[in-house]
Amino acid sequence: MKSTVSEKDIAVLREKAKTLRIEILKMLTEAGSGHTGGSLSAADIVTALYFYKMRHRPDDPKWIERDRFILSKGHAAPVLYAALALSGYFDKTLLGTLRKLGSPLQGHPCSRKLPGIEISTGSLGQGLSIANGIAIGLKLDKLSSRVYCLLGDGEIQEGQVWEAAMTASHYKLDNLCAIIDNNGLQIDGHCCDVMCVEPIVNKWAAFGWHVLDINGHDMEAIVSALNEAEILKGKPTMIVARTVKGKGVSFFEGKVEYHGLAPTHEELERALKELKG
Amino acid sequence: MGERKEKSEQGKQSIEKKPIATRDAYGEALHELGKKRQDIVVLDADLSGSTKTGKFAKAFPERFFNIGVSEQDLIGTAGGLSLTGKLPFASTFAVFETGRAWEQIRQTVCYSNLNVKLVATHSGITVGEDGASHQAIEDVAIMRVLPNMTVIVPADGIETKQVINAIADYNGPVYVRLGRSKVPVVMPDDYDFKIGKAHTFHLGKDANIVAMGIMVTASLEASKILKNECLDVGVINMSTVKPLDTETVLNASKICRLIVTAEEHSTISGLGGAVSEFLSETNPTRIIRIGIKDDFGCSGTSEELLKLYGLTAENIVKTIKEGLK
Ligand SMILES: Cc1ncc(C[n+]2csc(CCOP(=O)(O)OP(=O)(O)O)c2C)c(N)n1
Ligand SMILES: [Mg+2]
Repeated sequence: MKSTVSEKDIAVLREKAKTLRIEILKMLTEAGSGHTGGSLSAADIVTALYFYKMRHRPDDPKWIERDRFILSKGHAAPVLYAALALSGYFDKTLLGTLRKLGSPLQGHPCSRKLPGIEISTGSLGQGLSIANGIAIGLKLDKLSSRVYCLLGDGEIQEGQVWEAAMTASHYKLDNLCAIIDNNGLQIDGHCCDVMCVEPIVNKWAAFGWHVLDINGHDMEAIVSALNEAEILKGKPTMIVARTVKGKGVSFFEGKVEYHGLAPTHEELERALKELKG
Repeated sequence: MGERKEKSEQGKQSIEKKPIATRDAYGEALHELGKKRQDIVVLDADLSGSTKTGKFAKAFPERFFNIGVSEQDLIGTAGGLSLTGKLPFASTFAVFETGRAWEQIRQTVCYSNLNVKLVATHSGITVGEDGASHQAIEDVAIMRVLPNMTVIVPADGIETKQVINAIADYNGPVYVRLGRSKVPVVMPDDYDFKIGKAHTFHLGKDANIVAMGIMVTASLEASKILKNECLDVGVINMSTVKPLDTETVLNASKICRLIVTAEEHSTISGLGGAVSEFLSETNPTRIIRIGIKDDFGCSGTSEELLKLYGLTAENIVKTIKEGLK
């Protein structure tokens, strides 16, 4: 399917994703701890959601007709915080308080403390069930809002994900679109070495989902996939987004050790130079 | 979760007395045990670097099984291995091990009384910046309530090593609760850990503190401070929370006016709960439970959080002085 957005809009989104990456790196360096790799790999997807696809009102976070986003891989909190701040949910200066005592920007997203967070996450494998519940609730209320849920590829090793996979297709939740940040890495190494999750596409298809297999850093492909998911009726859609962990900073890319390491100040400087190019 | 490699510290203290995280002591003990015993198998859920089972994995790859991010499967697989006569140690973070897989632990491990060792790390609020989702402060409560389960919370690295050896020789389900951060060595050189036996540093005539884990260190400090204020406050390391060393608790309660429990855990149903349940039926005593008061943790450095939740020597001192008024 052809994307309906202009090349100019795509260019703007790409620029936005870069800004997100810069904010992610800055807040993580300031925090001194946190998850760099999985925040960067999801930056393009989250940009497309918050700045292109989702209907939401930063000045009215509980707007009843909003689309919902569930960050099931909660450790990627920085990418969500950056998207929320740049959307205008809260002041950008708050990003500098990430992971610090008293901050609403907890190590993992906390819905009680920060506007725009639909549900607290951080324990992997729970988000898709929640997304299903919201999708069913929206249908009951005859609302046309859509639900987006971002999962990690290591995360889908959790059994609950596959329970939720059945529920979504059983209830024909076509107002649900899940996305896997398929960066090939988890904490202990490559997913294929730790606990093989392939063939991902066939698995989701076998569970009754409409599956789209895309390059998760190609903004045009992400936008088209999100649009296709919205049109498709009778099934939930899974976008398998092939990504690179640490994307955007050459010395973090594909490096398993940067799963849970924040950049040092020196690394930040080098990274910003690369990004600002 | 990730850690940069530390530069080697040059301290005056001997290797043995250097502060060490209990999880590091676990990694070493498990590695040693693996050399001695062929029946030991180790399972982890994508956290072998953090739980320190990675050391065993590297030495004995054929006896190490990474189950991936799937804690329920981790426990079930460990259960199955024990049915073939293996001695499985299953590790991940305390929150996920005890919480996510609780019913698997209940049904598969405890109900059938399987010889499975659950050794979890990153317990309590000293997990720090990761925040509430990763801070297990209910784990002792939900493990303690299970029939057949033994629950052990070592105070330091030395005790951890002894605990790991002791539970390998014991037949039945055991939960061992370990921490992320470095802790000073507090147990004496001649210490000899036995399951179900508390260690009494000394008994006090005014009050006695029953502590577990990192709170043993804070309690010893508090006792020292109180001594200067002419209060005789004893300290007991109740590293086996279940079965509780009831004899030690009863004796302590008989010689003083106040029992204080101290734990990096909810005050509901943890160590404070266990001591209160026992004493209320045998020798009703005034008890004050120090711990986290029906709340979740949050992000912050471990020092900040210990202060915020009152898990410091200063707060123990204050609590005891008020309690003895
Ligand atoms: C239930 C649960 N188990 C374990 C963890 C610890 N953990 C945090 S991230 C992670 C690896 C996740 O890998 P993946 O989903 O691929 O994330 P990404 O590569 O996108 O960062 C693990 C095991 C957790 N947060 N929750
Ligand atoms: Mg991954």
